Amino acid sequence: MCNDCGCGDPALVPVDVHERLLAGNDRVAAHNRAHFQDAGVLAINLMGSPGAGKTTLLEATARAFQGKTRLGAMSGDLATDRDGERLRLAGIPAKTVTTGTSCHLDATLVHDTLHDMAWQKSDIFFLENVGNLVCPAIYDLGQAANVVVLSVVEGEDKPLKYPVMFKDCDLVLINKVDLLPHLPQVSLQGFTDALSRVMPEPRWLAVSGWTGDGMDAWVAWLNARRPVRKVPRVSVKLA
Amino acid sequence: MHELSVAQALLERAEAICRAEKARAVRRIQLRVGELAGIEKRQLAAAFAAIREGTLCAHATLAFHDVAAVWSCPTCRVDVPRGAPLRCPTCGRPAVLMAGDALLLERVELEVQDV
Repeated sequence: MCNDCGCGDPALVPVDVHERLLAGNDRVAAHNRAHFQDAGVLAINLMGSPGAGKTTLLEATARAFQGKTRLGAMSGDLATDRDGERLRLAGIPAKTVTTGTSCHLDATLVHDTLHDMAWQKSDIFFLENVGNLVCPAIYDLGQAANVVVLSVVEGEDKPLKYPVMFKDCDLVLINKVDLLPHLPQVSLQGFTDALSRVMPEPRWLAVSGWTGDGMDAWVAWLNARRPVRKVPRVSVKLA
Repeated sequence: MHELSVAQALLERAEAICRAEKARAVRRIQLRVGELAGIEKRQLAAAFAAIREGTLCAHATLAFHDVAAVWSCPTCRVDVPRGAPLRCPTCGRPAVLMAGDALLLERVELEVQDV
């Protein structure tokens, strides 16, 4: 019986749930994370606006590692295989994930794509997300770290306008710093001030994927996070 | 427009609860949405309205419980003023997000056969 008016409508039964709405995605992300960790692969979720320079930065990353570290990538795009092609040309085994109308990678898309790739052969695997400062922020993919590429041409106020993207970010790559002399209206300090208002402990590097500026520090940051690869178990036959 | 995939997750979960409780339909869904949860409520409501036709949630209303973002010092318990750098105004330690990032399914109200 309805408690409000006694009208005889079917009773309403409340059920308390209290669970994360994206719990399904989180479960698959935890599964991906376990795979990456077991294989000793450092997985990086690389995010940023369209045109921030994510692909150019990965091309520069491949040059900076000089083939000494095995890189791999999947690249999320609404349409075209352009980013995947560019990464393969740069020497990074890569697969494009065409998301159609979806504006972000999610853990299931990543999981299904990993099944078609020899990702275990990489030391560092990049999940290059769809260019977007909004939607990718709330989807855990199973990465070890979130890195946001923020180019100086986007303006100093972007962290303030997209706080969700930056609050869980482990590193911000302030990209295209070679253009700063042509942009009198912005300064590196303006960017770092904005970051300090959305990240409690802002960590950032000034880089240029185009000129290679700052790539040594980026490579060092990645190397410092690489997990220790587990030695494969060798079964010894007793005579 | 990731709200469409969030709405899809919400619909699947609410229908699953409805079936598990052997109820006839979902009448009301209450969500807790933090200011920094990354969800636009109007878009979520519109997406939900677009996909609920013909489901157990066809007549379900969405209710939102808003939670403001609160950054505080983990030691001094002092809140950081809105818009300020996320450091304790007293001791300078990095602040911690105490509330405002959750996106929770809090409660569903189900229509059951009157006994």
